[in-house]
Amino acid sequence: MSDQVLDIAGLNGWYGESHVLHGIDLKVGQGEVVTLIGRNGVGKTTTLRAIMGILSKREGVVKVFGTETIRMPPERVARLGVGYVPEERGIFASLTVTENLMLPPVLAPGGTTLDEIYRLFPNLLERARSQGSKLSGGEQQMLAIARILRTGARFILLDEPTEGLAPVIVQQIGVVLEAIKSKGLTVLMVEQNFRFAANVADRHYVMESGKIVDMITKSEIAGKMERLEEYLGV
Amino acid sequence: MSAMALFGQLLLGLINGSFYAMLSLGLAIVFGLLGIVNAAQGAFYMLGAFFAWMLGQYIGIGYWPSLVLAPIGVAIVGVIMERTIIKRVYNLDHLYGLLLTLGLFQVIQGLFVYWYGTSGQPYDNPPGLTGGHNLGFMFLPNYRAWVVVVSIVLCFGTWYAIEKTRLGAYLRAATENPTLVRAFGINVPLLVTLAFGGGVALAGIAGVLAAPIYQVNPLMGGNILVPVFAVVVIGGFGSILGAIVTGLVLGVLEGFSKVFYPEASNMVIFAIMIVVLLVKPQGLFGRER
Amino acid sequence: MALDIGGLSASDSRSGNLEWLAMAIGVVILIGAPFVVYPVFLMELLCMALFACSFNLLIGGGGLLSFGHAAFFGGGAYIAAETAKEFGFPFELALLAGVAAATFLGVIAGVIAIRRSGLIFAMVTLALAEAVYFLALRLPFTHSEDGIQAVPRGWLLGMLDLKNNMAMYYVTAAIFFLGYLLVRRVWKSPFGQVLRAIKDNERRMISLGFPVDRYKLINFVLSAALAGLAGSLKSIDLGLATLTDVDFPTSVAVLLMVLLGGMGTLMGPVVGAIITVSMDEYLAGIGVPVPVVIGIIFVFIILVFRRGIVGEFLYYTNRLYTNRTRIKSG
Repeated sequence: MSDQVLDIAGLNGWYGESHVLHGIDLKVGQGEVVTLIGRNGVGKTTTLRAIMGILSKREGVVKVFGTETIRMPPERVARLGVGYVPEERGIFASLTVTENLMLPPVLAPGGTTLDEIYRLFPNLLERARSQGSKLSGGEQQMLAIARILRTGARFILLDEPTEGLAPVIVQQIGVVLEAIKSKGLTVLMVEQNFRFAANVADRHYVMESGKIVDMITKSEIAGKMERLEEYLGV
Repeated sequence: MSAMALFGQLLLGLINGSFYAMLSLGLAIVFGLLGIVNAAQGAFYMLGAFFAWMLGQYIGIGYWPSLVLAPIGVAIVGVIMERTIIKRVYNLDHLYGLLLTLGLFQVIQGLFVYWYGTSGQPYDNPPGLTGGHNLGFMFLPNYRAWVVVVSIVLCFGTWYAIEKTRLGAYLRAATENPTLVRAFGINVPLLVTLAFGGGVALAGIAGVLAAPIYQVNPLMGGNILVPVFAVVVIGGFGSILGAIVTGLVLGVLEGFSKVFYPEASNMVIFAIMIVVLLVKPQGLFGRER
Repeated sequence: MALDIGGLSASDSRSGNLEWLAMAIGVVILIGAPFVVYPVFLMELLCMALFACSFNLLIGGGGLLSFGHAAFFGGGAYIAAETAKEFGFPFELALLAGVAAATFLGVIAGVIAIRRSGLIFAMVTLALAEAVYFLALRLPFTHSEDGIQAVPRGWLLGMLDLKNNMAMYYVTAAIFFLGYLLVRRVWKSPFGQVLRAIKDNERRMISLGFPVDRYKLINFVLSAALAGLAGSLKSIDLGLATLTDVDFPTSVAVLLMVLLGGMGTLMGPVVGAIITVSMDEYLAGIGVPVPVVIGIIFVFIILVFRRGIVGEFLYYTNRLYTNRTRIKSG
């Protein structure tokens, strides 16, 4: 379908010799916020990396904005309008906050302007000259998201945005995500914190052992709580 | 020991030091990006000198155009080597990179020794820079003054490019996390190739600068590489500025020792290296990689 | 990430049989060779083979690349030559003196260098070797460019006249063989196993409480001592010790031998030495630029052939065997 931002069919992935993704099928439509949930180590981060083109070996069909990307190197996937916020955030220690923010090149028009970014993330302006390594976890997460917003990416891959953050900061991230949604951007998010994910997302794909085992929409959550708790090992 | 001789040696030491700085700059850039020590760096220095000589000998092109053309030629050779051979070992233990470039160095130096023998070819001072000025405490040859100025400009120009420009920011980020930088849409493999070319071009320019001072000799690469390695160990692979400062200071110290104890001047750098290794093993400016 | 070590398994009865066979063949060749090939050439070859084995102990066993092993080889050569020539030491004492000198250098170099690893270790060893070269150039007894010439062979234990080439050859062969057995013994011993474990995962071994630096240092000194033995033997066999023995190209040559033959295999260095020394001899004769050929081979090995000759051989016979057993057991 032409309005699918992401269309994956039969994705298999390997880390070196080990086969970690076994035939993933998933779709994300324009403007949706979709999450990948599941226990630790089931392949959620790996799936994001496979989409970005960072995985060493992949096979299958991965269409981003209608374009087949399975053979593309990461820089070409990015230029289709995909932004990646990795789990470790990837803030460069040897660069200042502003350098970090300005580093990813603008890939498409319509990206968030600097004014808007500083409105959404006021502490980035305060800490503009600090070294990247001096930021707190929450500040680093904000920076990692902000710099992607600036590039004009229309499809954002978010890996564990609330991991290790205090509840107050998690709330702020929630606000940021609402702002992202209201801009019409599309998000595929890996999130361990199900309460946060449920608040923000339209649909959830459940993963187990490198496969998608279930898909639950926002409205179905109440009815399927027990099954969800099993999946998440709560 | 006359003041003339002292300052003459110090000047030569400064010149050597700036060559050390330029070569170790190239090494530091490549090492930062790839984790590989480019043992062929000395060969590119020699190629720079030889290309300049060959341009003069076979095509009649003089010093000034050679100063630009020779490093370009060296960069082309380096880029071809990187794209065809060196990149194949990026995923292996970094020692293989050192060994591979060592093998390449042997091939290049061996070929030039085979073609041109081991006695050097002379290269003239460029017209316009002959002669010098008597400063009272020393005689300053114009050409040597030129070399010092150009080298320092190039070194700090490189430093500026890396620390203050956008491209430099890409480079520094790619040193830390190349995969993520690619995910931002930046063609890191291309960046690496360009940086490699830049690093060897610096060595090539040093070679052209050196040609009128030392003879153009196939062995000049090997001779300069050992002190350059020592400089790099002393300075640590950490910072660009560290490479520059360490190279300059050590060159001057070496020159200084030539005045007072010439037989041991070769050993000064190594003695310093041993001391640094015992006291601060990661180098003066280094950080653990 | 570790260096590629070709198929060495210390305790496999099938590969054990293969090894005994190879060693038996080797001994036969050792005994019969001087009747077919010029004994002095063979002696040089055996010394280099011993040198290569000593180097392999460090790089294959310990995973440490030294760019300065020529310092130990040449250091041993110079001391053995000097004591034999100027002090009239008998053969066995001259050898001992050379080994002692190399061991001494090894301890000094080891203490300085062992704190670092990988690339920096390699460059430190290079610098230290340069220091030794500088000494060899400057100290009066080495006669710099001329070297020490006309080193007398003397008598073995006062009984055997070593001026006879055949006698000298068999003594050399015996010493080489003993050296090889020593390396083999160390390799297969618990000490060798600890070393390999350190090579694979040093951090883990530290956390398990092993005095990692001490193991590495002992290995380094052992390797230096054996290199010194090789050098001492060479200077007496060939009657001279020169600057070439301590020079960087010699360090590179031994590295090539081990890479070519197979790092981390016992017989690899020997095979590598045989090929390299023979090739040197042949190529120099027909006027081909030897460094260029060596460089090309180096590049080739690192790109496609990292396990070396013996390493690749062991790897493929291993695979063949495991495939066959897999088929058998279904």
